[in-house]
Amino acid sequence: MFTMGIDIGSSSSKVVILEDGVNIIAGEVIQIGTGSTGPKRVLDEALSKAGLTLQDMAKIIATGYGRSSVEEAHKQISEISCQAKGVFFLVPSAKIIIDIGGQDVKAIRLDSKGGVKQFFMNDKCAAGTGRFLDVMSRVLEVNLDEMAEYDSRATEPATVSSTCTVFAESEVISQLSNGVAKENIIAGVHQSVASKACGLAYRCGVEEDIVMCGGVAKDLGVVRAISKELKKPVIVAPNPQITAALGAAIFAFEEVIGANK
Amino acid sequence: MTDTTNMMAKELLGFYQEELYEEARRAKKEGKLVCWSASVAPSELCVTMDIAMIYPETHAAGIGARKGALDMLEVADEKGYNLDTCSYARVNLGYMELLKEEALTGKTPEKLEKTPAARIPLPDLLITCNNICNTLLKWYENLAVELNIPLIIIDVPFNHTMPIPQYAKDYIAEQFKDAITQLEEICGKKFDYDKFLKVQEQTQRSVAQWNRVASLSSHKPSPLNCFDLFNYMALIVCARSKDYAEITFKKFADELEENLKNGIYAFKGSEQKRVTWEGIAVWPHLGHTFKGLKNLGNIMTGSAYPGLWNLSYTPGDMSSMAEAYTRIYINTCLDNKVKVLSDIISGGKCDGVVYHQNRSCKLMSFLNVETADMLQKENGLPYVSFDGDQTDPRNFAPAQFDTRVQALDEMMKQKEGVSNE
Repeated sequence: MFTMGIDIGSSSSKVVILEDGVNIIAGEVIQIGTGSTGPKRVLDEALSKAGLTLQDMAKIIATGYGRSSVEEAHKQISEISCQAKGVFFLVPSAKIIIDIGGQDVKAIRLDSKGGVKQFFMNDKCAAGTGRFLDVMSRVLEVNLDEMAEYDSRATEPATVSSTCTVFAESEVISQLSNGVAKENIIAGVHQSVASKACGLAYRCGVEEDIVMCGGVAKDLGVVRAISKELKKPVIVAPNPQITAALGAAIFAFEEVIGANK
Repeated sequence: MTDTTNMMAKELLGFYQEELYEEARRAKKEGKLVCWSASVAPSELCVTMDIAMIYPETHAAGIGARKGALDMLEVADEKGYNLDTCSYARVNLGYMELLKEEALTGKTPEKLEKTPAARIPLPDLLITCNNICNTLLKWYENLAVELNIPLIIIDVPFNHTMPIPQYAKDYIAEQFKDAITQLEEICGKKFDYDKFLKVQEQTQRSVAQWNRVASLSSHKPSPLNCFDLFNYMALIVCARSKDYAEITFKKFADELEENLKNGIYAFKGSEQKRVTWEGIAVWPHLGHTFKGLKNLGNIMTGSAYPGLWNLSYTPGDMSSMAEAYTRIYINTCLDNKVKVLSDIISGGKCDGVVYHQNRSCKLMSFLNVETADMLQKENGLPYVSFDGDQTDPRNFAPAQFDTRVQALDEMMKQKEGVSNE
């Protein structure tokens, strides 16, 4: 039996096709999100990779910011529950999830069964999100996938505000014009993101294992900064951008099984 | 005179709200005094003196709910009021500026012309308390200075410990007496204590009916969605010292009790989960917040905010009246706030709590983190908080609200072992 999870975020679209609730047949990501061609393209890509059609799916569940606009879905579940489900499947020892996506930062505390015990999210502010890193990457003229490498060469991380993306951007511009090395600025940017995420994680109560997911988890500079701040190791979920879509696909599987009992 | 005997509660609510504004406009035309008052300042004093009353907070909420806040906020912004200031204050100060401009030039500014809320007259005096926040003091001082009119301030100190000591009640009772003296000077007539007693008695009858309505959300399923209290609240604020509030609430409670008897509940279909809402409504997005919960099968059966007007006291006893106006939960310590909310949550048989992190109301919002933590330790119920604002529509993001309340719904169902289906 095949089930599908579709996670339409603010800046990327993800689809997971799951066989019998355990085998990931496809896990595709397109780096544009809701309101774009991303959702359709990622759906087509995943189906084509799996060699399946929508009719083969026993159930489809959508999650993420754009979950309500996915016509193919039979149901919507919040990305909080889906992240918990997906991460717990991949890392059963997970207690705390730190999920940083395009416009949201979340810390989720799991119960012993992988359910959501508590969660905290950023307020109406882009500081500390993937969008924040996007802005900084543009100003610094360093690609997102190169930022971790720059960070690893930093000698003295600069101070970058964690309260506002716009203010942080002007801080970064003034540091650039003062000749501060990009490596140090990027390490400061990563610390700024980490301080925002860790603030939420502390409210959940920090307990190992701590697992990071979401697109920003691919930036190891952020992962290192979070680990340093929490003084604990941080596990990056395998393929961290698809964990919510995976969770949605697992929910879909469980619901089909539950309905057939 | 309009015959109200056959009106439903909802019609009475609309009728009396308009009547109150009309009374104020008429008073102004006839050269009688109009007072702008804070929502939990003692209405009994001005009503005894036959002063027409306007409540800027309710008026601002009305402007917000009718999507007219931005125009007023822009005026306030242009006058230099900071965006971090309470949006009720900014909407009202913006509105006042437009009324003042109209009075000085004889020309109605366009923003005032097209504002969707009821027209209100400029005040001749102001009365405020600091029992719900201290922003009111500066807001009303600004009104007084801008309009060059008298301002009566009744100091109601914060209760850092409970129960309320007698000296605090004595102090507030003296403040009431001082306010009466000021009113006598402003009105040029003696305060009629016999009438005052009757007004106090009327206030108590209104409060009793208000509490009767609010208590109905304890039924499961509930005949009352507490979102309705947000709407009906206009009359407990603006007309509690008149029979308008008593008549309307009695009718509403009668209707709800009749519905309960006939198995008619507030949630069409079957209510699934019951939540407490902590904080003021998001007036510009009231429909969205209501539907967001409703679409998940959730009903609001707990809300401490309408309880601010549970102003029960013994008529004729100034100390008892003082206690009523100081014990409201946002004028008390964290422990008491938690206790009040705990009773609201259990009274409403709630499964979870939604906290409104209201940019306008620092007093209510800043304590929410600790309040939520303490309550969860006590009752184990899941909760979420969302960013919003009582009347500034820009501080609320519908999608963020939706995600949080959906996650709360999933946590509430997960807690009972019910699937997310």
